[in-house]
Amino acid sequence: MPPAPPRAGQPVTGPPDRPAAPVTTPAPSVPVPDATVARRAAVRDGLGVGVAVGLSGFAFGVTAASAGLSVLQACVLSLLVFTGASQFALVGAVAAGGNPYTAAAGAFFLGARNAFYGLRLAGLLRVRGWRRPLAAHWVIDETSAVTLAQSDPRAARLGFAVTGATLYVLWNLTTLLGAVGAGALGDPAAWGLDAAGPAVFLALLAPMLGGARERATAALAVLLALVCVPLLPAGVPVLVAAAAAPAVLLVSGARARSRRSATAGAEEPARRDARPGGGSGDAGVPR
Amino acid sequence: MSVWIAIGLTAVGCYLVKLLGLSVPAGLLERPLVRRLAVLLPVALLAALTALQTFGGGPGELVVDARVAGVVAAAVAVLLRAPFLLVIGVAVVVTAAVRALG
Repeated sequence: MPPAPPRAGQPVTGPPDRPAAPVTTPAPSVPVPDATVARRAAVRDGLGVGVAVGLSGFAFGVTAASAGLSVLQACVLSLLVFTGASQFALVGAVAAGGNPYTAAAGAFFLGARNAFYGLRLAGLLRVRGWRRPLAAHWVIDETSAVTLAQSDPRAARLGFAVTGATLYVLWNLTTLLGAVGAGALGDPAAWGLDAAGPAVFLALLAPMLGGARERATAALAVLLALVCVPLLPAGVPVLVAAAAAPAVLLVSGARARSRRSATAGAEEPARRDARPGGGSGDAGVPR
Repeated sequence: MSVWIAIGLTAVGCYLVKLLGLSVPAGLLERPLVRRLAVLLPVALLAALTALQTFGGGPGELVVDARVAGVVAAAVAVLLRAPFLLVIGVAVVVTAAVRALG
Protein backbone atom coordinates (compact mmCIF):
# COMPACT_ATOMS: atom_id res chain seq x y z
CA MET A 1 0.00 0.00 0.00
CA PRO A 2 1.06 3.49 -0.63
CA PRO A 3 3.37 5.23 1.71
CA ALA A 4 1.18 7.94 2.83
CA PRO A 5 3.13 10.07 5.14
CA PRO A 6 1.23 11.80 7.84
CA ARG A 7 1.62 15.53 7.61
CA ALA A 8 4.89 16.66 8.96
CA GLY A 9 4.89 19.12 11.76
CA GLN A 10 1.88 17.92 13.58
CA PRO A 11 1.71 19.38 17.02
CA VAL A 12 3.68 17.61 19.63
CA THR A 13 1.34 17.66 22.49
CA GLY A 14 3.45 16.21 25.20
CA PRO A 15 5.67 13.32 26.03
CA PRO A 16 4.30 10.05 24.75
CA ASP A 17 4.24 8.49 28.15
CA ARG A 18 2.13 11.22 29.60
CA PRO A 19 -0.99 9.65 31.09
CA ALA A 20 -3.96 10.23 28.85
CA ALA A 21 -6.36 12.79 30.21
CA PRO A 22 -9.66 11.34 31.42
CA VAL A 23 -11.68 12.98 28.73
CA THR A 24 -14.81 10.96 29.36
CA THR A 25 -15.33 12.29 32.86
CA PRO A 26 -16.37 15.91 32.90
CA ALA A 27 -13.67 17.94 34.57
CA PRO A 28 -14.46 21.51 33.61
CA SER A 29 -11.96 22.99 36.01
CA VAL A 30 -9.13 21.06 34.41
CA PRO A 31 -9.19 21.60 30.66
CA VAL A 32 -7.42 18.98 28.62
CA PRO A 33 -6.18 20.88 25.60
CA ASP A 34 -3.27 18.52 25.04
CA ALA A 35 -5.47 15.48 24.67
CA THR A 36 -7.89 17.37 22.47
CA VAL A 37 -5.14 18.64 20.21
CA ALA A 38 -3.67 15.17 20.02
CA ARG A 39 -7.00 13.65 19.08
CA ARG A 40 -7.62 16.29 16.45
CA ALA A 41 -4.22 15.59 14.96
CA ALA A 42 -4.99 11.88 14.91
CA VAL A 43 -8.30 12.41 13.13
CA ARG A 44 -6.77 14.85 10.65
CA ASP A 45 -3.87 12.53 9.83
CA GLY A 46 -6.16 9.56 9.55
CA LEU A 47 -8.62 11.27 7.24
CA GLY A 48 -5.88 12.81 5.09
CA VAL A 49 -4.06 9.56 4.55
CA GLY A 50 -7.23 7.52 4.29
CA VAL A 51 -8.78 9.73 1.62
CA ALA A 52 -5.63 10.22 -0.48
CA VAL A 53 -4.69 6.57 -0.54
CA GLY A 54 -8.25 5.33 -0.55
CA LEU A 55 -8.83 7.06 -3.88
CA SER A 56 -5.96 5.16 -5.48
CA GLY A 57 -8.07 2.02 -5.19
CA PHE A 58 -9.46 3.25 -8.50
CA ALA A 59 -6.11 2.56 -10.16
CA PHE A 60 -6.18 -0.89 -8.63
CA GLY A 61 -9.68 -1.61 -9.88
CA VAL A 62 -8.78 -0.57 -13.41
CA THR A 63 -5.50 -2.49 -13.35
CA ALA A 64 -7.22 -5.62 -12.06
CA ALA A 65 -9.96 -5.47 -14.65
CA SER A 66 -7.55 -4.87 -17.51
CA ALA A 67 -5.45 -7.80 -16.28
CA GLY A 68 -8.48 -9.97 -16.93
CA LEU A 69 -9.90 -10.26 -13.41
CA SER A 70 -13.65 -10.04 -12.97
CA VAL A 71 -15.23 -7.22 -10.99
CA LEU A 72 -15.97 -9.72 -8.24
CA GLN A 73 -12.36 -10.91 -8.12
CA ALA A 74 -11.06 -7.35 -7.92
CA CYS A 75 -13.48 -6.54 -5.10
CA VAL A 76 -12.74 -9.72 -3.18
CA LEU A 77 -9.04 -8.87 -3.33
CA SER A 78 -9.59 -5.41 -1.89
CA LEU A 79 -12.00 -6.69 0.76
CA LEU A 80 -9.98 -9.68 1.92
CA VAL A 81 -6.35 -8.94 1.09
CA PHE A 82 -6.44 -5.20 1.79
CA THR A 83 -2.75 -4.51 1.38
CA GLY A 84 -2.17 -2.66 -1.86
CA ALA A 85 1.30 -3.73 -2.91
CA SER A 86 0.34 -7.40 -2.59
CA GLN A 87 -2.83 -6.79 -4.57
CA PHE A 88 -0.98 -5.04 -7.41
CA ALA A 89 1.69 -7.75 -7.39
CA LEU A 90 -0.86 -10.52 -7.61
CA VAL A 91 -2.73 -8.86 -10.44
CA GLY A 92 0.52 -8.21 -12.31
CA ALA A 93 1.56 -11.84 -11.95
CA VAL A 94 -1.83 -13.06 -13.12
CA ALA A 95 -1.68 -10.71 -16.11
CA ALA A 96 1.79 -11.99 -16.99
CA GLY A 97 0.41 -15.53 -17.00
CA GLY A 98 2.16 -16.81 -13.91
CA ASN A 99 0.78 -19.85 -12.15
CA PRO A 100 -1.39 -19.15 -9.11
CA TYR A 101 1.13 -20.42 -6.57
CA THR A 102 4.07 -18.27 -7.65
CA ALA A 103 1.69 -15.32 -8.02
CA ALA A 104 0.40 -15.81 -4.48
CA ALA A 105 3.92 -16.33 -3.14
CA GLY A 106 5.09 -12.96 -4.49
CA ALA A 107 2.05 -11.23 -3.02
CA PHE A 108 2.51 -13.01 0.28
CA PHE A 109 6.18 -12.06 0.65
CA LEU A 110 5.25 -8.44 0.07
CA GLY A 111 2.54 -8.71 2.71
CA ALA A 112 4.92 -10.21 5.25
CA ARG A 113 6.12 -6.78 6.30
CA ASN A 114 2.74 -6.21 7.93
CA ALA A 115 3.73 -8.69 10.64
CA PHE A 116 6.43 -6.27 11.71
CA TYR A 117 4.00 -3.37 11.78
CA GLY A 118 1.74 -5.50 13.94
CA LEU A 119 4.57 -6.10 16.38
CA ARG A 120 5.11 -2.39 16.77
CA LEU A 121 1.42 -1.58 17.00
CA ALA A 122 0.49 -4.33 19.46
CA GLY A 123 1.74 -2.41 22.47
CA LEU A 124 -0.01 0.80 21.43
CA LEU A 125 -3.33 -0.63 20.35
CA ARG A 126 -3.66 -3.26 23.09
CA VAL A 127 -6.44 -5.03 21.28
CA ARG A 128 -7.71 -8.15 23.01
CA GLY A 129 -10.36 -10.77 22.45
CA TRP A 130 -12.64 -10.51 19.45
CA ARG A 131 -11.28 -7.13 18.45
CA ARG A 132 -7.83 -8.41 17.66
CA PRO A 133 -8.73 -10.47 14.57
CA LEU A 134 -10.68 -7.47 13.28
CA ALA A 135 -7.95 -4.91 13.99
CA ALA A 136 -5.37 -7.22 12.38
CA HIS A 137 -6.99 -6.78 8.98
CA TRP A 138 -6.19 -3.07 9.07
CA VAL A 139 -2.52 -3.44 9.98
CA ILE A 140 -0.87 -2.02 6.85
CA ASP A 141 1.57 0.71 5.79
CA GLU A 142 -0.78 3.66 6.14
CA THR A 143 -2.45 2.77 9.44
CA SER A 144 0.96 2.01 10.94
CA ALA A 145 2.43 5.28 9.72
CA VAL A 146 -0.41 7.32 11.21
CA THR A 147 -0.61 5.33 14.44
CA LEU A 148 3.10 5.51 15.16
CA ALA A 149 3.18 9.23 14.43
CA GLN A 150 0.72 10.13 17.20
CA SER A 151 1.85 11.66 20.44
CA ASP A 152 0.00 9.48 22.95
CA PRO A 153 -1.50 5.99 23.00
CA ARG A 154 -5.08 7.22 23.01
CA ALA A 155 -4.49 9.39 19.94
CA ALA A 156 -2.62 6.48 18.38
CA ARG A 157 -5.63 4.21 18.77
CA LEU A 158 -7.90 6.90 17.35
CA GLY A 159 -5.52 7.46 14.43
CA PHE A 160 -5.50 3.74 13.71
CA ALA A 161 -9.29 3.53 13.74
CA VAL A 162 -9.86 6.63 11.61
CA THR A 163 -7.22 5.70 9.03
CA GLY A 164 -8.34 2.09 8.91
CA ALA A 165 -12.04 2.88 8.52
CA THR A 166 -11.59 5.67 5.96
CA LEU A 167 -9.13 3.71 3.91
CA TYR A 168 -11.06 0.45 4.03
CA VAL A 169 -14.31 2.03 2.90
CA LEU A 170 -12.78 4.19 0.18
CA TRP A 171 -10.32 1.60 -1.10
CA ASN A 172 -13.13 -0.90 -1.60
CA LEU A 173 -15.53 1.61 -3.15
CA THR A 174 -12.93 2.91 -5.60
CA THR A 175 -11.84 -0.63 -6.45
CA LEU A 176 -15.42 -1.38 -7.46
CA LEU A 177 -15.69 1.85 -9.46
CA GLY A 178 -12.38 1.23 -11.19
CA ALA A 179 -13.16 -2.37 -12.03
CA VAL A 180 -16.61 -1.52 -13.37
CA GLY A 181 -15.40 1.60 -15.17
CA ALA A 182 -12.46 -0.14 -16.82
CA GLY A 183 -14.78 -1.67 -19.40
CA ALA A 184 -16.01 1.75 -20.47
CA LEU A 185 -12.43 2.97 -20.93
CA GLY A 186 -11.74 0.54 -23.74
CA ASP A 187 -8.05 -0.26 -24.12
CA PRO A 188 -6.41 0.70 -20.81
CA ALA A 189 -3.02 1.00 -22.49
CA ALA A 190 -4.31 3.87 -24.63
CA TRP A 191 -4.94 5.76 -21.39
CA GLY A 192 -1.51 4.93 -20.04
CA LEU A 193 -3.05 2.88 -17.26
CA ASP A 194 -0.49 0.11 -17.69
CA ALA A 195 1.99 2.52 -16.12
CA ALA A 196 -0.08 2.79 -12.92
CA GLY A 197 1.24 -0.49 -11.51
CA PRO A 198 4.96 0.25 -11.80
CA ALA A 199 4.37 3.83 -10.62
CA VAL A 200 2.67 2.49 -7.49
CA PHE A 201 5.62 0.21 -6.77
CA LEU A 202 8.07 3.01 -7.40
CA ALA A 203 6.21 5.39 -5.10
CA LEU A 204 6.20 2.73 -2.39
CA LEU A 205 9.84 1.93 -2.91
CA ALA A 206 11.29 5.44 -3.00
CA PRO A 207 10.99 6.28 0.69
CA MET A 208 12.74 3.02 1.58
CA LEU A 209 15.88 3.84 -0.37
CA GLY A 210 17.51 5.98 2.30
CA GLY A 211 20.51 3.74 3.00
CA ALA A 212 23.29 2.26 0.90
CA ARG A 213 22.18 -1.24 1.81
CA GLU A 214 18.66 -0.56 0.56
CA ARG A 215 19.92 0.93 -2.70
CA ALA A 216 22.24 -2.01 -3.29
CA THR A 217 19.36 -4.40 -2.65
CA ALA A 218 17.10 -2.56 -5.09
CA ALA A 219 19.74 -2.48 -7.82
CA LEU A 220 20.55 -6.17 -7.43
CA ALA A 221 16.87 -7.08 -7.39
CA VAL A 222 16.21 -5.19 -10.64
CA LEU A 223 19.15 -6.90 -12.29
CA LEU A 224 18.12 -10.37 -11.10
CA ALA A 225 14.51 -9.87 -12.15
CA LEU A 226 15.28 -8.63 -15.65
CA VAL A 227 17.93 -11.28 -16.31
CA CYS A 228 15.48 -13.99 -15.23
CA VAL A 229 12.60 -12.88 -17.46
CA PRO A 230 13.72 -14.73 -20.62
CA LEU A 231 14.89 -17.74 -18.61
CA LEU A 232 12.12 -18.50 -16.14
CA PRO A 233 8.32 -18.79 -16.19
CA ALA A 234 6.27 -15.67 -15.40
CA GLY A 235 6.01 -14.90 -11.70
CA VAL A 236 9.27 -16.63 -10.81
CA PRO A 237 11.69 -13.75 -11.59
CA VAL A 238 10.26 -11.63 -8.78
CA LEU A 239 10.81 -14.49 -6.33
CA VAL A 240 14.40 -14.88 -7.51
CA ALA A 241 14.87 -11.13 -7.10
CA ALA A 242 13.79 -11.45 -3.46
CA ALA A 243 17.09 -13.24 -2.90
CA ALA A 244 18.77 -9.84 -3.29
CA ALA A 245 17.75 -9.08 0.30
CA PRO A 246 19.58 -11.94 2.05
CA ALA A 247 22.45 -11.61 -0.43
CA VAL A 248 23.06 -7.97 0.44
CA LEU A 249 22.67 -8.72 4.14
CA LEU A 250 25.20 -11.49 3.88
CA VAL A 251 27.74 -9.31 2.10
CA SER A 252 27.22 -6.27 4.31
CA GLY A 253 27.31 -8.49 7.39
CA ALA A 254 30.60 -10.00 6.33
CA ARG A 255 32.03 -6.57 5.58
CA ALA A 256 30.84 -5.20 8.91
CA ARG A 257 32.45 -8.14 10.70
CA SER A 258 35.77 -7.66 8.98
CA ARG A 259 35.60 -3.93 9.70
CA ARG A 260 34.77 -4.62 13.33
CA SER A 261 37.69 -6.95 13.70
CA ALA A 262 39.88 -4.29 12.11
CA THR A 263 38.66 -1.45 14.31
CA ALA A 264 37.55 -3.21 17.44
CA GLY A 265 34.48 -1.73 19.03
CA ALA A 266 33.11 -0.09 15.92
CA GLU A 267 29.50 0.62 16.38
CA GLU A 268 26.69 -1.26 14.76
CA PRO A 269 25.02 0.83 12.10
CA ALA A 270 22.19 2.87 13.55
CA ARG A 271 19.00 0.89 13.76
CA ARG A 272 17.11 2.86 11.24
CA ASP A 273 14.04 0.80 11.68
CA ALA A 274 13.82 1.63 15.33
CA ARG A 275 12.68 5.19 14.92
CA PRO A 276 9.02 5.95 15.33
CA GLY A 277 7.06 5.69 12.15
CA GLY A 278 9.92 4.20 10.24
CA GLY A 279 8.81 0.67 10.75
CA SER A 280 10.53 -2.37 9.53
CA GLY A 281 10.35 -2.52 5.84
CA ASP A 282 8.21 0.35 5.80
CA ALA A 283 7.22 2.82 3.49
CA GLY A 284 5.83 4.31 6.52
CA VAL A 285 6.82 7.82 7.18
CA PRO A 286 9.31 8.90 4.67
CA ARG A 287 9.43 12.59 5.11
CA MET B 1 -10.38 -20.95 -11.50
CA SER B 2 -6.65 -20.64 -11.00
CA VAL B 3 -7.15 -16.92 -10.37
CA TRP B 4 -9.43 -17.78 -7.47
CA ILE B 5 -6.76 -20.10 -6.05
CA ALA B 6 -4.26 -17.25 -6.18
CA ILE B 7 -6.76 -14.87 -4.58
CA GLY B 8 -7.63 -17.34 -1.83
CA LEU B 9 -4.02 -18.11 -0.97
CA THR B 10 -3.07 -14.43 -0.97
CA ALA B 11 -6.02 -13.45 1.19
CA VAL B 12 -5.38 -16.16 3.78
CA GLY B 13 -1.61 -15.67 3.80
CA CYS B 14 -1.72 -11.89 4.03
CA TYR B 15 -4.33 -11.96 6.78
CA LEU B 16 -2.51 -14.55 8.89
CA VAL B 17 0.71 -12.62 8.69
CA LYS B 18 -1.04 -9.46 9.91
CA LEU B 19 -2.63 -11.37 12.79
CA LEU B 20 0.70 -12.96 13.63
CA GLY B 21 2.28 -9.56 14.13
CA LEU B 22 -0.37 -8.44 16.59
CA SER B 23 -0.34 -11.74 18.45
CA VAL B 24 3.20 -13.00 18.96
CA PRO B 25 5.33 -11.93 21.88
CA ALA B 26 7.43 -9.00 20.77
CA GLY B 27 10.76 -10.74 21.30
CA LEU B 28 10.12 -13.47 18.82
CA LEU B 29 10.44 -11.52 15.59
CA GLU B 30 12.67 -8.85 17.03
CA ARG B 31 15.95 -10.59 16.30
CA PRO B 32 18.28 -8.21 14.49
CA LEU B 33 18.76 -10.48 11.49
CA VAL B 34 15.03 -11.05 11.05
CA ARG B 35 14.36 -7.33 11.35
CA ARG B 36 16.98 -6.44 8.78
CA LEU B 37 15.61 -9.01 6.40
CA ALA B 38 12.13 -7.60 6.96
CA VAL B 39 13.42 -4.16 5.97
CA LEU B 40 15.20 -5.35 2.83
CA LEU B 41 12.73 -7.90 1.52
CA PRO B 42 10.09 -5.36 0.45
CA VAL B 43 12.84 -3.22 -1.08
CA ALA B 44 13.94 -6.13 -3.27
CA LEU B 45 10.39 -7.09 -4.23
CA LEU B 46 9.21 -3.57 -5.00
CA ALA B 47 12.31 -2.79 -7.06
CA ALA B 48 11.90 -6.01 -9.03
CA LEU B 49 8.19 -5.39 -9.57
CA THR B 50 8.82 -1.84 -10.75
CA ALA B 51 11.33 -3.09 -13.31
CA LEU B 52 9.24 -6.06 -14.41
CA GLN B 53 6.09 -4.05 -14.93
CA THR B 54 7.97 -1.30 -16.73
CA PHE B 55 9.78 -3.56 -19.19
CA GLY B 56 7.63 -6.68 -19.20
CA GLY B 57 6.16 -7.68 -22.57
CA GLY B 58 4.74 -11.00 -23.66
CA PRO B 59 5.84 -14.17 -21.86
CA GLY B 60 9.62 -14.21 -21.49
CA GLU B 61 10.29 -10.95 -23.28
CA LEU B 62 11.31 -7.44 -22.32
CA VAL B 63 10.19 -4.38 -24.26
CA VAL B 64 10.87 -0.66 -24.12
CA ASP B 65 7.73 1.37 -24.75
CA ALA B 66 5.85 4.44 -23.54
CA ARG B 67 5.68 3.03 -20.00
CA VAL B 68 9.36 3.83 -19.55
CA ALA B 69 8.64 7.53 -20.10
CA GLY B 70 5.76 7.34 -17.65
CA VAL B 71 7.81 5.63 -14.95
CA VAL B 72 10.70 8.07 -15.42
CA ALA B 73 8.23 10.93 -15.04
CA ALA B 74 6.89 9.26 -11.91
CA ALA B 75 10.45 9.03 -10.56
CA VAL B 76 10.87 12.76 -11.11
CA ALA B 77 7.59 13.35 -9.30
CA VAL B 78 8.81 11.20 -6.41
CA LEU B 79 12.04 13.20 -6.23
CA LEU B 80 9.97 16.39 -6.11
CA ARG B 81 8.04 14.84 -3.22
CA ALA B 82 4.74 14.81 -5.01
CA PRO B 83 1.91 13.09 -3.16
CA PHE B 84 1.18 9.47 -3.94
CA LEU B 85 -1.83 10.03 -6.18
CA LEU B 86 -0.02 12.67 -8.21
CA VAL B 87 2.89 10.28 -8.83
CA ILE B 88 0.50 7.71 -10.27
CA GLY B 89 -1.33 10.38 -12.26
CA VAL B 90 1.89 11.70 -13.80
CA ALA B 91 2.92 8.19 -14.86
CA VAL B 92 -0.44 7.52 -16.48
CA VAL B 93 -0.70 10.87 -18.27
CA VAL B 94 2.86 10.84 -19.59
CA THR B 95 2.54 7.25 -20.80
CA ALA B 96 -0.72 8.06 -22.58
CA ALA B 97 0.75 11.21 -24.11
CA VAL B 98 3.88 9.48 -25.39
CA ARG B 99 1.77 6.69 -26.83
CA ALA B 100 -0.59 9.14 -28.53
CA LEU B 101 2.32 11.07 -30.04
CA GLY B 102 4.38 8.02 -30.95
